[in-house]
Amino acid sequence: MRGKLDLLWVYAGLFIVFLYGPVLLMPVFALNDGTFATFPLKGFTLKNFSAMAANTSMILAFQNSLKIAVFVAVLSTALAIPAALALTRFRLPGGAAIQSFMMLPLVIPSIVIAVALLVIILKILGIGLSLWTVAAGHVIVCLPFCISVLMSRLEGFDPSLEEASRDLGCGAWQTFWRLTFPLALPGVISSLLMGFIISFDEFVIAFFLTGTETTLPVYLFSQLRFPNKLPGVLALGSLILVGSALLVIAAEVIRKRGVASSNPGDL
Amino acid sequence: MTDLTASEPAPPARDREALRRWLRGYALLSPALSVTIAMLALPMAALLLLSFWTQSGFELDRTPTLANYAELVRPSAEPTVWFGIPFHLAYPVPAILMVKSLVMSLMATLAVIALAYPMAYFLAFRVHRHKALWIILITIPFWTSYLLRVFAWKVVLGFNGAINSGLKALGIIDKPLEFLLYNPGAVVITLAHSWVAFAILPIYVSLEKIDRSLLEAASDLGDSRWKRFRRITLPLSAPGTVAAALLVFIPTVGDYVTPTLVGGPGGTMIGNLVQDLFLKQNNAPLGAAVAITMMAIIALLVALFLWAIGYARIRSRRL
Repeated sequence: MRGKLDLLWVYAGLFIVFLYGPVLLMPVFALNDGTFATFPLKGFTLKNFSAMAANTSMILAFQNSLKIAVFVAVLSTALAIPAALALTRFRLPGGAAIQSFMMLPLVIPSIVIAVALLVIILKILGIGLSLWTVAAGHVIVCLPFCISVLMSRLEGFDPSLEEASRDLGCGAWQTFWRLTFPLALPGVISSLLMGFIISFDEFVIAFFLTGTETTLPVYLFSQLRFPNKLPGVLALGSLILVGSALLVIAAEVIRKRGVASSNPGDL
Repeated sequence: MTDLTASEPAPPARDREALRRWLRGYALLSPALSVTIAMLALPMAALLLLSFWTQSGFELDRTPTLANYAELVRPSAEPTVWFGIPFHLAYPVPAILMVKSLVMSLMATLAVIALAYPMAYFLAFRVHRHKALWIILITIPFWTSYLLRVFAWKVVLGFNGAINSGLKALGIIDKPLEFLLYNPGAVVITLAHSWVAFAILPIYVSLEKIDRSLLEAASDLGDSRWKRFRRITLPLSAPGTVAAALLVFIPTVGDYVTPTLVGGPGGTMIGNLVQDLFLKQNNAPLGAAVAITMMAIIALLVALFLWAIGYARIRSRRL
């Protein structure tokens, strides 16, 4: 009994090492004073990070990614809020089928979504590729995540609160803004952060749908081919990893805290 | 409120009320639904349409034809042998890559389930405090850049990578081991690492839902730990495990980033062919046919698999 318990804890420890080990090597080598990502480590340096400030094409790509990610996060969340409300509060005929349909981007390989959008944009609509086309592609992959996050949040509190509000004379609109939205707010923030991260880190769709301007992951990919760019790539990669991890933690903490205080007594 | 309108046979006076509610519900759904139709369903339809056209030089020939699909299965007397399997095809690349992608993806999926199941079990049955913290710890990597997680393996396995230089520094090897990177094995390891965090949650949820009194009852009735696991825990966690397997298998068959970065010439997959046909060979119609065929094959295999294991029955099983 005791031995088995320990074995699972050992496994969990090894698992975390496996999960994080390869990824954590990136910041280790980024801080290492060497041209290759090799052991033994040579010495501590910050020069790989300070060199980034002078890299204008990288900064431009970063700004593009930032713009797209903010736009995508806001748009996907704005679309997801009414959808999540409809799917949790109205028992709609065909609701389950519609939900499955909107969750499809989760299981379609992103390269297929990318080429499908490429076809309709270039061959059928005949518009040029730009950051807008990248954003369009990102909205479609973020939407299922935003809807899921919001649905789980909306399912977390009692719909009879809304009924009570309506019985007390509030209209649907007033009920939404004064009751539902404040209660769903942790989910909304979580959805915004998730949308932002997914879009900011997305590569395949951006790779296919971008025009002359690049996003940060596309820029990063273009640098991977050159061995001499490795230290810069490692530094940039480390920053992206740390930034994304912080945002994910924020999103999760906000969502979990929201659930914990979701009982009506806390209102 | 929703229960009343849906489950009771509504009297005529409430019919109009229910209809109004439905209309409101559909109105709320419509923005997200229209976006999904416009940016997912229509593009997929366009992709399907394109696969029936042909590319001649720089011109797109819009006469509907099955030529692209025929090209994928055009027979040839001279078989191309790949790993002992003869492909009697004039253009065997798509077929070979398809089989290869399915095999690699299946191996990655099996590895993911083997790695994720004990971890999910640990979370459900061993972690009693700070559960949310553990779950966040496990899910963080999944949300961080896929590109970077794959690239990390290049740093680990590369010719000048962490393993090679580490072993060299320790004096275990003299020359870097070249077999680590740029092969199907590296792709499978990297895929498994990238997706394992995603697979834990569904398995964990199905384990967490198991009524603990069932386990106690089994023990009281004399089941050993192993027998109890095999007869109760495993069958009851099957729906989550199957869902996790599909969530990993379906998208990885068409993965592009991993084979591109760590696969090398020997580790290419069907996604690389799609990219190549669209962006390099300028034969988008054939690329579309490959993509559509890939999706159809995946859908067919998944349906066959669910039917074979009797998924509907497993899911509806209540104990």
